[in-house]
Amino acid sequence: MSDNHGQHDSHAHDSHGQHDEHHHEESFVSKYIFSMDHKTISRQFLITAVIMAFLAMMMSFLFRLQLAWPGEKFAIINFLLGDKWGKDGILEPGMYMALVTIHGTVMVFMVLTGGLSGTFSNLLIPYQIGARDMASGFMNMLSYWFFFLSSLIMIAAFFIETGPASGGWTVYPPLSALPQAMDGSKLGMTFWLVSMSLFIVSSLLGGLNYIVTVLNLRTKGMSMTRLPLTIWAFFITAVLGVLSFPVLLSAALLLIFDRSFGTSFYLSDIYIGGQALEQTGGSPILYEHLFWFLGHPEVYIIILPALGLTSEIISVNSRKPIFGYRAMIGSIMAIGFLSFIVWGHHMYMTGMNPFLGSVFVFTTLLIAIPSAVKAFNYITTLWKGNIRYTPAMLFAIGLVSTFISGGLTGIILADSALDINVHDTYFVVAHFHIVMGVSAILGMCAGVYHWFPKMFLRHMNKKLGYIHFWGTFISAYGVFFPMHFLGLAGVPRRYYSNSAFPMFDNLVDINVFITSFAILAALVQIVFLFNFFYSMFRGPKSEQNPWGANTLEWTTPMAHTHGNWPGALPTVHRWPYDYSKPGKDQDFVPQTVPLAEGEIDGGGH
Amino acid sequence: MIKFLVYIAIILTALAIGYLVRVFELASSLKGTKPEEITEKDNKLQAKLMLLFLIVLLGFTFWNLIEYAPKLLPVSASEHGVEIDWLFNFNMIIIYIVFAITQIFLFFFAFKYYGRKGRVATFIAHDNKLEMIWTVIPAIVLAVIIIFGLRSWNKITSDANPNSTIVELYAKQFDWTARYAGADNKLGKANYRLITATNDLGMDSTSAEGMDDIVVKNEIHIPVGKEIEFKFRSRDVIHSAFFPHFRAQMNCVPGMTTMFHFTPTITTADMRKDPFVVKQMAEINKLRQEKAKKEGRVEKPVEFDYILLCNKICGNSHYNMQMTVIVDTEADYKKWLAGKPAFYAKAAASKTVIAENK
Repeated sequence: MSDNHGQHDSHAHDSHGQHDEHHHEESFVSKYIFSMDHKTISRQFLITAVIMAFLAMMMSFLFRLQLAWPGEKFAIINFLLGDKWGKDGILEPGMYMALVTIHGTVMVFMVLTGGLSGTFSNLLIPYQIGARDMASGFMNMLSYWFFFLSSLIMIAAFFIETGPASGGWTVYPPLSALPQAMDGSKLGMTFWLVSMSLFIVSSLLGGLNYIVTVLNLRTKGMSMTRLPLTIWAFFITAVLGVLSFPVLLSAALLLIFDRSFGTSFYLSDIYIGGQALEQTGGSPILYEHLFWFLGHPEVYIIILPALGLTSEIISVNSRKPIFGYRAMIGSIMAIGFLSFIVWGHHMYMTGMNPFLGSVFVFTTLLIAIPSAVKAFNYITTLWKGNIRYTPAMLFAIGLVSTFISGGLTGIILADSALDINVHDTYFVVAHFHIVMGVSAILGMCAGVYHWFPKMFLRHMNKKLGYIHFWGTFISAYGVFFPMHFLGLAGVPRRYYSNSAFPMFDNLVDINVFITSFAILAALVQIVFLFNFFYSMFRGPKSEQNPWGANTLEWTTPMAHTHGNWPGALPTVHRWPYDYSKPGKDQDFVPQTVPLAEGEIDGGGH
Repeated sequence: MIKFLVYIAIILTALAIGYLVRVFELASSLKGTKPEEITEKDNKLQAKLMLLFLIVLLGFTFWNLIEYAPKLLPVSASEHGVEIDWLFNFNMIIIYIVFAITQIFLFFFAFKYYGRKGRVATFIAHDNKLEMIWTVIPAIVLAVIIIFGLRSWNKITSDANPNSTIVELYAKQFDWTARYAGADNKLGKANYRLITATNDLGMDSTSAEGMDDIVVKNEIHIPVGKEIEFKFRSRDVIHSAFFPHFRAQMNCVPGMTTMFHFTPTITTADMRKDPFVVKQMAEINKLRQEKAKKEGRVEKPVEFDYILLCNKICGNSHYNMQMTVIVDTEADYKKWLAGKPAFYAKAAASKTVIAENK
C-alpha cells in the first residue's frame, strides 16, 4: 500500500460530501466480503473461528455426555444427530469417534491455528509495526477464503451418508487409508484430506505474508529489537508454519495416493474384509514421522501467538515493562528451533529404535528451559506492578497458570520410560488440553477482550467478561485436572465407553465430575458469545487508547481507514515497554515519543 | 413442537441477558462512571478472587491426589514396572513442588499488586542475575530427570534374555490372538497371504519351527518370575498392546514385528489377595451390584484380572478389544500349556474328524 492510497481514503472519510465518487471502492462486497484490508480479514478470521469453536465445543459436549452416562438416553443427542447416529438419544460408536476426531481437528487447525494466527497476526502485524497493510493484500484475502472453504468442507462432512472422518485427529493409516476399516474412512476421510489441503494452502499464504511484512514493512525506527513481543511471536510462528505445513501436505498427498490410486506408501501386508491387499513394502510409521514433523511444531504454532498476546497484555495492565524482553525473544527463538527436533516423543511406543527415543527425550526436555524462562518472566512482570484487572488481564494470568500446570506434566510424557504406561491414555489428553488447548483459548480470549476496541471500536461488557473468565478458568481445571487420574488408572483415550472393563467401573464418578464442569464451561461460553455479538453493535464506544498502551495500533484514529494512518506513517523512537518509567508525567510513553536527552532506550533509565 | 420451544427459550434467554446488560450500563452511568472503566473496586475484588482461587486450586489438586489414589493401578506386577513407578513418583514430587511454588507466586503477586490510585509500578526491565538463576536451576533439575529417565529406558529396552519365553501377540479388529513358540521356543514363519478362516495368523505350514506353535485365544497364561518376550504383529490397522498392570506397552504395526519383554513378579492369585486390590475390587463390586439392581439384573461379583487392552484407535469397537492375562506359578503354567495342542496337531485332528464324519 502506498502512502497516497491511505491519504486518499482518509480524505474520503473526512469529507462525506465527496464520498459518492469513490463509491465503487466501498461496495459491500469489496469492503466486507472479498476485502483485502488486513482489519476486515482479521475480523473475518475471528468471527469464523468463534463459530467453529462453538461447533467444536458442541461436539465435545455430546461425547462428554456419552462418557459420563454411557447408555443413557439424551433427547439432545437425538435432536442434533437424528435417528441414524443418535437413535433413542444414545450416541452411536462410529459417531462418537467422528465427534472426537472433528472436535480435535477443528480446535487444533481451524480455531487455534487459523483463528488465532489469522485474527491477531492480521490485525496486529501491520498496526504494531507501522505499516499500511500486509505486503500482499490479495494473498491475504485468498488466505481467508481458502480457510473459509476448508472450514466449510470439514463441517459439511457431517451431512454425508457415511459421516465424517473418525480415525482420530492424527488420522493414522492404515485405519484412515482403508474404507473397509471403518465408515469414517470412506468419503468422510476424503473430505478431511481435501479440507486439510486447502487449510495448508491458506496457512502458507498467510504465513509467507506475515514473514515478508514483518521483515520489510516496519516503519522508520522500528528495529527488530523494538518490536512488541506479539510481533516476535507471530513472526516465529509464521516461520514454523511455512517450514512444517508443507510436510503435512506431503503426508496428506501420499495418503490420498494410497487411498485412491493403489500405491503403498503407508500400507504393507494387510488382510482386511476377508481379503489380502496387494500393497506391500510401505510403512505406517512413515506417515507418523511426516505427520508429527508438522504436528509438534504445530503445538507451538498454537501456543506462541497466545504467549505473544499475553506478554503484551500483562505488561500493559501491570503498568510495567515486560520482564526480560531480550530473554523472551531468545526463548521464543529457542522454542521455535527445538520444536523441530522433538517430534519423535509422540512415537516412543511405535517400535522406533530405543536409542532414537533417547535422543528425543533429551531434546524434548530441553524445551522446558525456555518455557520455564517465559513463565518466570511473566510472574516477575506482575511483581511490584499496579495491576489493572481488565477481563483481558484475567485471561492472560489464567494462561500463565495453565501453561505452567500443563507444561509440567509434559515432563512425564517426554520421559520415554514413563511414557510407556501413560502413552495414549487420558493423562495425555489432560496434558495437551491444559498446556495448549486451554492456554491458547485463554490467550485468544485475552486478545479478543483487549483488542476488541480496536477491532470493533467498542468495548465488551466487563462484568460479563469477569463471569466468562472465572467460569471458563474454574471449569478448565475442573474438566482437565481429574483426567490425569483416569490416565494413571490406565484408561485409554478414544474409548467410546469404559464399561467393557470391570477395572474401570470405579471411575464413573470422575467422568461425571468432568462432564459437569464441561457443561458449566459450555454455558459460560454462551455468555461470551452474547457479549461478543452484542458489544459489536451496542457496546459503549471506545476512546482512541483505552488501555494507555504504548504500541502503534493505538495511535491510529478510531475509524477503520484504509491505510491505517491518515497522514504519514508514525516514526518509532523507543521500545514498546516504557510503562511507569521514572521521570515521566504519565505511566506510559508511546513508541512515537522521541527519547528525551540522555534517556536510554530499552529498559535502562 | 419441542424444537420450537427450544428456539423460543434460546431467544428469550438472549433477550433477558441483553436487558440485564443494559441495566448494568445504565446503573453505572447513573453513578457517573463509564461502564467499561475498570475501577479500583474492580481491581480489589478480582485480586481477592485471585487469592481465593489459589487456595481452591491447591486444595483441589491435593484433594484429587488423595481422593483418587485408591482408584489408580495397583502395585506393578513386573520387575521393570517397580522402577517406572519409583521414577514416576520421583518426577511427580518435583513437579508438584514446582507447580505449587509457581502458582503461589503467580496468584499471590496478582493479589498483592492490584491497581490502586496514586500507586506507581516499579520500573524493572530485567535482572541478569535473577535470570541466570532461573535458567540454570531448571537446567540442573532437568539434567537429573533426563539421566534417571534414560537409565531406566535403556534397561527396559535392552535386548531380551536369549532364554526368555517367546509369545506372539497378533492384533486384528477387534481381538487378540496369542501364539506360543512351543518346545523349540521359535515362532514359525507366517504370511498374511496365507490367512484363511481356519488359519487366522497366516501360519506357513512349510516352516519347520511352526510345527509346535500353539495358538490361543481369549486368555493367555504366563509364568511368574520368568522373562517373557512378546512379539507383536497386526493384521489390519495399527493397534497397541497395553498391559497397564505390568507397565508395558508396544504398538502393533502392520508390515513389521515389534517387541517388548518383561518379567511378571506377582501371580494373579497373589494379586487378588493384595490388600489394595481387595479394597478396590470390593468398591467395584459394590458399584456393579448397585447398577445391576437399578437395572433389575442379577450380577455375579467379578474378580481381579490382569488385562491386555488395545490402546491405539483401531475402529468402532476399539473400546472393547481385550484379553485376559493370567500369571501362573511355573508349575501351573506348564500344566496349562501342556493341555493346549499345537496348531498343526489340532488342524490335523479336525481334518481327521471331518474325514471320519464323511
